[in-house]
Amino acid sequence: MANDVTNVVIAGLGGQGIIRASDILADAAFYSGFDVKKSEIHGMSQRGGSVSSDVRFGKKVWSPMIPMGEADFLVLCDRSQREVFWPYLKEGGVLISVDDIPSDKLPHSKTLNTALLGVLSTYLPISLEAWERAITLRLGGKLFEANRQAFDIGRSLISQATK
Amino acid sequence: MAQPDRLLLFGNEAVAHAARNAGVALGTGYPGTPSTEILETFSDLGGKAQWAPNEKVALEVALGASFCGARTLVTMKHVGVNVAADPLFTAAYTGVEGALVLVSADDPGMHSSQNEQDNRYYAVAAGIPMLEPADAQEAYDFTNSAIEISEKWKIPVMLRMTTRVCHSKSVVRPRWLFPPLDPPRYQRNIRERVMIPAYARPAHRRLRAKLAEIEAYSNACACHREYEGSTELGIVTSGVTFLHVREAAPDASILKLGCTHPVPIERIRKFAAKVKRCVVIEEGEPYLATFLRAAGIAVEPKPDMYRFGELNVDRVRRILAGDTSPEPSLPPGKLPELCKGCPYRPVYDILHRLDCIVAGDIGCYTLGVLPPYEAMDTCVCMGASITVGLGMRHVLPPDQARRVVSVIGDSTFVHTGLPGIAEMVYNPPPTGHVVVVLDNGTTAMTGQQEHPGTGRTLDHKPTNQVKIEEVARALGVSRVHVADPTRDPQAFEKLLVDCLNSNELCFVVARHYCILAAPSIREFERRAKQEFDYQCVPGGVEKDGE
Ligand code: SF4
Repeated sequence: MANDVTNVVIAGLGGQGIIRASDILADAAFYSGFDVKKSEIHGMSQRGGSVSSDVRFGKKVWSPMIPMGEADFLVLCDRSQREVFWPYLKEGGVLISVDDIPSDKLPHSKTLNTALLGVLSTYLPISLEAWERAITLRLGGKLFEANRQAFDIGRSLISQATK
Repeated sequence: MAQPDRLLLFGNEAVAHAARNAGVALGTGYPGTPSTEILETFSDLGGKAQWAPNEKVALEVALGASFCGARTLVTMKHVGVNVAADPLFTAAYTGVEGALVLVSADDPGMHSSQNEQDNRYYAVAAGIPMLEPADAQEAYDFTNSAIEISEKWKIPVMLRMTTRVCHSKSVVRPRWLFPPLDPPRYQRNIRERVMIPAYARPAHRRLRAKLAEIEAYSNACACHREYEGSTELGIVTSGVTFLHVREAAPDASILKLGCTHPVPIERIRKFAAKVKRCVVIEEGEPYLATFLRAAGIAVEPKPDMYRFGELNVDRVRRILAGDTSPEPSLPPGKLPELCKGCPYRPVYDILHRLDCIVAGDIGCYTLGVLPPYEAMDTCVCMGASITVGLGMRHVLPPDQARRVVSVIGDSTFVHTGLPGIAEMVYNPPPTGHVVVVLDNGTTAMTGQQEHPGTGRTLDHKPTNQVKIEEVARALGVSRVHVADPTRDPQAFEKLLVDCLNSNELCFVVARHYCILAAPSIREFERRAKQEFDYQCVPGGVEKDGE
């Protein structure tokens, strides 16, 4: 039934910027006029442990949490977390992982997540304008230009794996 | 693109926006996941917000303000309500003048807590109304309703949030409901505010009369929502669980309760009569199911296995299918650990090496219980490290007693550690005791909040500082030391060994900034100094730490 809802799980380890990446995605979807829900856990789990954030958008989203096996996309900021979050990906869902990103081509090591979002953006009905606005809001600091470049590098890549 | 009347907010942010728009004059609380961002956002929006040393203090300060006619907001996590419970029950008797909204942020599934306490029972036990929002829009709307109910019936109101309401973002359309208030003024009303037995007895009767009225209001309240669907299956639910239910059973009839204390029994009775099978789906304890069955309404509770942890769409599907087979288990994630370079690391190294019996407390440093250190033996609640350690010292044979160390953080020490020091001075164990305060200059666990020991207010402006070592001295602890465990671990170890062998009451402040917080702390100090130099006032705030 949740056909009109797009489900994205972003996962990795505490301290890797998972929350910020999911904020950018949620904002971009919001600016595109969708109903958006985003769920995450703070506190103890953020000290280097497994962390994930669910972003769901579409015409109408009910639960803020993505049911098991219903994620359209799994974005992995750390390859060690593949096994942990794999059960969320649905059959035919797309895995976007740090392995897809040629890290030597990135302008800065801290722009990895933005490059992952760049890859993700090629699949989603979210305008470039909305992405740009979201990235400006959340990453408007010193690395802004580097992040913009990383996002474009991500856009030029295609992720490999589907489930 | 976004319209200005549409915001994407966390539930916590939505409460803050509503409070700000309603002219709440004072927000108080103690940081605790998942409640922390409410006051921070309220402050960012320009509201007057302050961290209290603990939840009891926060509630009492707000109560005083509300006695004078101000609208107030008090925030805490579920276990914080235990600390605030003493004034809460009496506040239900005294009532309030302006609004008092107490946010309890419950943590089903214990993502960052030591128990999964269901605070709906507090509303029943204390006798206060309770609203349960499901998402950020309702967090916004129900904050308004809570203020309204509180002012209309002059009673504190609990807004019960849960992790997934606090930390889920959804779209909010803000509404401005409240006209500006008159400035606070005190009106003497001794019979209603002084709870000696002669005045408390009628107060209890007044409270019950108010609750009866509020029950009538709740039965008719627009905060409940009914979704008409199949007459085969009806579901009674509340809070975030409704959202899982709506997704898992799009065809069912649903009664979603907004106000769950007083329970709107008649409303539910009518709903249940319309459907063949009526299931109560609620997170945590079988609160509603028990109430409804006691009232003779034929509802089906969830199987007991779903009492544990959070609900989600998958689990709601299983409940509806009556499926009690073991749930699929996810591969375990990576456990959290102390950051690389955390100043607590050398302390735990040493405690582990010395084979200490460690009475621990609540904070980042609770992670010392996990490998590689496994250097924490007990952890009960805020402040318990000192008192539990004392209990152990009292009864253990001397060779073991001398290995007992109480370890507590700086924020926790101010929260409820202080009375433990009074107890230690008053009833010293024969072998003395050793308390180590891990002072990292912040409340690290919840995201670097200030506390009275940092000498900065919620918005990081300088204020008077409670000096931890001086407090210990003033309370009469014989040996008080300040040391940096990271800069010179050997010296720290030697100090600890001396203390353990001394048979005295020893208080060691292990001081070194949290590495994550250090850059911002230095920035706050730089700004404070600038302002200070500009003002050219003699004296000033002495800086300890790194
Ligand atoms: S946040 Fe600070 S106190 Fe907590 S583990 Fe990291 S360095 Fe240590």
